[in-house]
Amino acid sequence: MGTTQSGILAGRLPLAEYEKNFSDLHPPLDKHEALVAADRCYFCHDAPCMTACPTSIDIPLFIRQIATGNPIGSAKTIFDQNILGGMCARVCPTETLCEQACVRNTAEERPVEIGRLQRYATDTAMRENKQFYARAASSGRRIAIVGAGPAGLACAHRLAVKGHEVVIYDAREKSGGLNEYGIAAYKSVDDFAQKEVDYVLSIGGIEVRHGQALGRDFSLADLAEQFDAVFLGLGLAGVNALRIEGENAEGVDDAVDFIAALRQSKTRVDIPVGRRVVVLGGGMTAIDAAVQAKLLGAEEVTICYRRGKEHMNASEFEQDLAASKGVAIRHWLQPKRIAVKDGKVAGIELEYTTLADGKLTPTGETGIIAADQIFKAIGQTFESFGLGTLQMEGGRIVVDAEGRTSLAGVWAGGDCVLGGEDLTVSAVAMGRDAAESINRAFAAEAPLASAVA
Amino acid sequence: MADLRNNFVGVKSPNPFWLASAPPTDKAYNVERAFKAGWGGVVWKTLGEEGPPVVNVNGPRYGAIWGADRRLLGFNNIELITDRDLYVNLREMKQVKMNWPDRALIASIMVPCVEDAWKAILPLVEETGADGIELNFGCPHGMSERGMGSAVGQVPEYIEMVVRWCKQYTRMPVITKLTPNITDIRKPARAAKAGGTDAVSLINTINSITAVDLDTFSPEPSIDGRGSHGGYCGPAVKPIALNMVAEIARDPETYGLPISGIGGITTWRDAAEFIALGAGNVQVCTAAMTYGFKIVQEMITGLSDWMDAKGHRTLDDIRGRAVPNVTDWQYLNLNYVTKAQIDQDACIKCGRCHIACEDTSHQAITQFVNGVRHFEVIEEECVGCNLCVNVCPVENCITMVPLAAGTLDKRTGKPVDPNYANWTTHPNNPMAREAAE
Repeated sequence: MGTTQSGILAGRLPLAEYEKNFSDLHPPLDKHEALVAADRCYFCHDAPCMTACPTSIDIPLFIRQIATGNPIGSAKTIFDQNILGGMCARVCPTETLCEQACVRNTAEERPVEIGRLQRYATDTAMRENKQFYARAASSGRRIAIVGAGPAGLACAHRLAVKGHEVVIYDAREKSGGLNEYGIAAYKSVDDFAQKEVDYVLSIGGIEVRHGQALGRDFSLADLAEQFDAVFLGLGLAGVNALRIEGENAEGVDDAVDFIAALRQSKTRVDIPVGRRVVVLGGGMTAIDAAVQAKLLGAEEVTICYRRGKEHMNASEFEQDLAASKGVAIRHWLQPKRIAVKDGKVAGIELEYTTLADGKLTPTGETGIIAADQIFKAIGQTFESFGLGTLQMEGGRIVVDAEGRTSLAGVWAGGDCVLGGEDLTVSAVAMGRDAAESINRAFAAEAPLASAVA
Repeated sequence: MADLRNNFVGVKSPNPFWLASAPPTDKAYNVERAFKAGWGGVVWKTLGEEGPPVVNVNGPRYGAIWGADRRLLGFNNIELITDRDLYVNLREMKQVKMNWPDRALIASIMVPCVEDAWKAILPLVEETGADGIELNFGCPHGMSERGMGSAVGQVPEYIEMVVRWCKQYTRMPVITKLTPNITDIRKPARAAKAGGTDAVSLINTINSITAVDLDTFSPEPSIDGRGSHGGYCGPAVKPIALNMVAEIARDPETYGLPISGIGGITTWRDAAEFIALGAGNVQVCTAAMTYGFKIVQEMITGLSDWMDAKGHRTLDDIRGRAVPNVTDWQYLNLNYVTKAQIDQDACIKCGRCHIACEDTSHQAITQFVNGVRHFEVIEEECVGCNLCVNVCPVENCITMVPLAAGTLDKRTGKPVDPNYANWTTHPNNPMAREAAE
């Protein structure tokens, strides 16, 4: 089939190429490599890496535990703060979080490989199926969680530890949320997201009900009535539209759907991709879609972003990764019209932009890039159905520092809340902290009659 | 270029780097390789008396401790003296000396503490053409259980006696190798001198257990589940060796006695330090066993380049230069005041200086200044202890800066006294003497 044939086609590459292209981006450290990497940690006091971690993992301690031959103890240090530490080790933009803060950057411009070390420890514990947490005696309390993504899972696990019963409702077929559907395939190989879900749920006391969508199958009011507390850990199901001519042509696709399809495919040989692909956007989704389009055998992949390099949400590391895979990134270009031929995408007309008085302004100069596939990655929105009178702002749920919403007994965290960071690790922190807040709220109430008996 | 030629008690070698009596010098094969690599001399692996040779264990002989990235820091062994036939060794020594006339070849000897044993072996060694002998009074394992090695080295009277026999029965220079497994190294050195030794060499290895296997609870190295103390050496023992060399170098009774420095010498820098503390040459083992014989090339060029840079022409220019600066605590200047100073541009903000000082010392380094993470010395609290310098991962980031005479010491609230004053005259010292006028 090859990379040069026009149209949106599957199987552009020989089978072996797929396997190679979608293998682990950062292969796991072996024991020796882990010891060498761990030796570089200075065991800082009040360590900047720890401060930079949204879940405040005690990084110097877990690295010292690796260095002293105790990866299991190390994993517990990680899981104590972040039960999804395995996935975060793979998908965290460490280059803008812990590793950016590492003092070794100042010393020699090369941080300790915190992410890979975290993966080494958590992989070791999960491979040995080490379970560090047991449920406290049943509290008799029941909590409903909406969304089995990072926020919901972290919240559920912490609640289960405290002895509460949890029911998670998720609209999709599998748990994991973005960990399962929204991360580039080469960052989470070997079905890791599901393995992690199983590991988290093995504590017990957590039931997951799939195919259950808020606003379609139940409402927040239903949950509030049936449960002692509710945690909303929803993701962003909506995708922003381009609102330009040709948007409905065949070949104009949502990047998130493309990314999800890739993750659900075993071999990727069945995933069609265009010969010339244009990705619109400047965030991680744009990078993930563009890189994977290239890895599927697209001949030419171009990311077009309407602002400058410095405005891109994608980290420098991600941009470099895209460039290294042969993706071209072009800036100051916004879509104007999609050229359509026989109902299919033929190209995209873009207009140059500039900043005039701090405002993005089209310059009037346009150009056309030939394309047979266009991915939209210009942002996602929270589809807030069934939330009743819950206070919202900017399309997101308003919460306080503990994750409490405007409604008593309802907490929220993750991408659906105002001020969320669109990061797995932040979602985990919010879910975990909300669980603690819920637990405190229960403790403040009179004990249940059944618990007394 | 600096002249590294060495003359140690009349034994000449092209450089001061000798291989110590140890596994690397047990056979002609190894010694030939060492000389090819550039070593100035070797002390052949210790010879025992005629008869069936000693036997070694057939399990592990060596143990170790490691630093970061498994860099070997300390090493130990339970190997005995040569387990080859005496005459095989003697024949090989003779051949090697003929092949390498410009290199030093010293025979290490350990025979029972009876006059006849020494009287018997010395002529055999002399016949090889060896340049000298080294008396092994040092090995702390195995042979010491049979009344040899460190069992002799721990009794000054025996040292003196054996040295006297050796001086009586051979014309070869005698180097007495001392064990560090003793409370006061000056005593055996004095005894060796009293017996007429030409030199002492030190240190031999230190009694040690490198580790315990936490699955089997066997000491390491483990022989069928059991272990015995071995001789400790390598970089970790260097500070102990330096002190012992200095003690002998500055002892009025042994002052001027030639010393062959041994103990953890790994680089040219280590060698230069031993020579500065009075060693006439140095002997190396662990570094060679860790990295191979090639390291001598780094040692030769490093020492030579440093001497050139400093304008030292020969080894005599540096030998013993640090000895006058070694003193007793009571003579240290108590009016010398230093304060730690942190170079904020070099600081990588690891916080180690703060936590070390805060938890374990004098609470003299900040963690926050105006709410910002910032590490700065609080001069009012700093006693100048140097802990922060030692724990800082960045070289030269924290330095100890002496306060000039007359400057206010914010800790004591007094200006720094320009005069030297030590404990012997301090008012808090009940034994204080009146300061001499």
